[in-house]
Amino acid sequence: MSDQPPIVQFRDVTKRFGDGPVVLNRLTLDVAPGEFVSVIGPSGCGKSTLLRLVAALSPVTAGALAVAGRPPAEAREGLAFVFQEATLLPWLTATENVELPLRLRGVGAAARRARAGELLGLVRLREAGPLYPRQLSGGMKMRVSIARALSREPRILLLDEPFAALDEMTRNHLNEELLGWRGKAPFTALFVTHSVAEAVFLSTRIVVLAARPGRIAGDVPVAFAGDRTARLRERPEYFEKVAEVSRVLHAAEAGAA
Amino acid sequence: MKRRDLIVWLLPALSGAVGIAIWYLVRAGTGLQSWILPTPAEVMGAAWAERATLLRAAGATALGALGGFLAASGAGLGIALALGWARWLRAGLYPWLLVLQMTPVIVLAPIIVLWAGPGLPGIITVTFLISFFPIVVNTTQGLLAAEANMADLFRLYGATRWQDLRLLRLPVAAPYFLAGLRIAATLAPIGAIFGEYLVGNAAGGSGGLGFLVYVYNTQIKIPALFATALISCLLGFVFVAAVAWLSWAVLHRWHDSYERHD
Repeated sequence: MSDQPPIVQFRDVTKRFGDGPVVLNRLTLDVAPGEFVSVIGPSGCGKSTLLRLVAALSPVTAGALAVAGRPPAEAREGLAFVFQEATLLPWLTATENVELPLRLRGVGAAARRARAGELLGLVRLREAGPLYPRQLSGGMKMRVSIARALSREPRILLLDEPFAALDEMTRNHLNEELLGWRGKAPFTALFVTHSVAEAVFLSTRIVVLAARPGRIAGDVPVAFAGDRTARLRERPEYFEKVAEVSRVLHAAEAGAA
Repeated sequence: MKRRDLIVWLLPALSGAVGIAIWYLVRAGTGLQSWILPTPAEVMGAAWAERATLLRAAGATALGALGGFLAASGAGLGIALALGWARWLRAGLYPWLLVLQMTPVIVLAPIIVLWAGPGLPGIITVTFLISFFPIVVNTTQGLLAAEANMADLFRLYGATRWQDLRLLRLPVAAPYFLAGLRIAATLAPIGAIFGEYLVGNAAGGSGGLGFLVYVYNTQIKIPALFATALISCLLGFVFVAAVAWLSWAVLHRWHDSYERHD
């Protein structure tokens, strides 16, 4: 944990949509700058809603939420969002998709083209720049989607199950690469996933939510000695951590049932 | 010849040949006279004999259909943009568009002649009224069809309303607009011919195919009437082909409907 003030701060945050059931109930959570926090929990526990609150795509019902010390709607400039689907615009090439956030910001054509080229290089897709999304595989689309998010040079990257639709091998590769990209373009990450293994591999901390209503059921720090490479998945301490988080998750599910 | 080519070319040719054979059989079997049911050969003969008149009329009809089609495309897009822009505009205007669409154009014809005048302006107005509705409906639906996550992305990344329209909603609406144009392209020549039939015979003899229908009918030139139907059909194909080409030009690089699976 860092001594710096939290970059995302939930204080007794409750969320419900209209007269519907409470989705998140009195959630209190601090995320320090530089953390990689995975949010895991059963379906309907409000994981995605939590991200949408941070992105100011939905307002909190009660409580206080601060992003970079400000109300979420005023902190969007430092945010980027990656959805479960790549949400690439099908009529734009990979390069043009990566450029999009810069285009919306009014950055000139030459500067944004150059930046898009760099980012496509970072995600190892430089050759795919002129291709349209339908010409890309699922994994390639997600790389472009992440490159697009990184073009904003975000302080906080919100990822909503970005690799859920991919096969396991692609998913593992992208997990490793995501950590690599983070080394080159540091950001605080809030990562929603259903996969305990993925959460353990990526995170510095895992927040386990229980469902109906969504609330924090566990907060597990994750630290491993050395770099996190593919070999980490073969180490005993990795398995132990997966088992520990799984236990917390099962307890949360049992408590909610 | 590949199996696919066989299906695309040979089967329609075969069914057409069967249709013509049945046509001849019905004529021979019933003993109907040529002024009631001409043979295909008599229709082609009439088309050749009347070729100058038919071509001139087809040109006039094409002009009216094109004028009405372009007006419908422009106005249709404009109305759809207004409807897609704000919910209150949609709620306020849509019922009246339905009222206009539900009113048979034949009832409006005398009013159209009174307001737009006989001849080309009246024909364009009739064509417009018949063909603009599918463009409005399709395009409005397209403007509202952006995926929620994409719309969220634009919101999150601070897109202005204009950027949202230009970079997201208009491209999403493009296939819908083109589908509307395709329907309008089949309706426009029909609208023009109908318009000529209704209001064009007051145009001093310069009427198009619709006027020829009126003339040939009164002269009981039934083979020529069949030939007029044939030319009308060809004109419709030209319109549809033009829109199909436009769709291809706009969409083929990125839209799934142009994805090849071979």
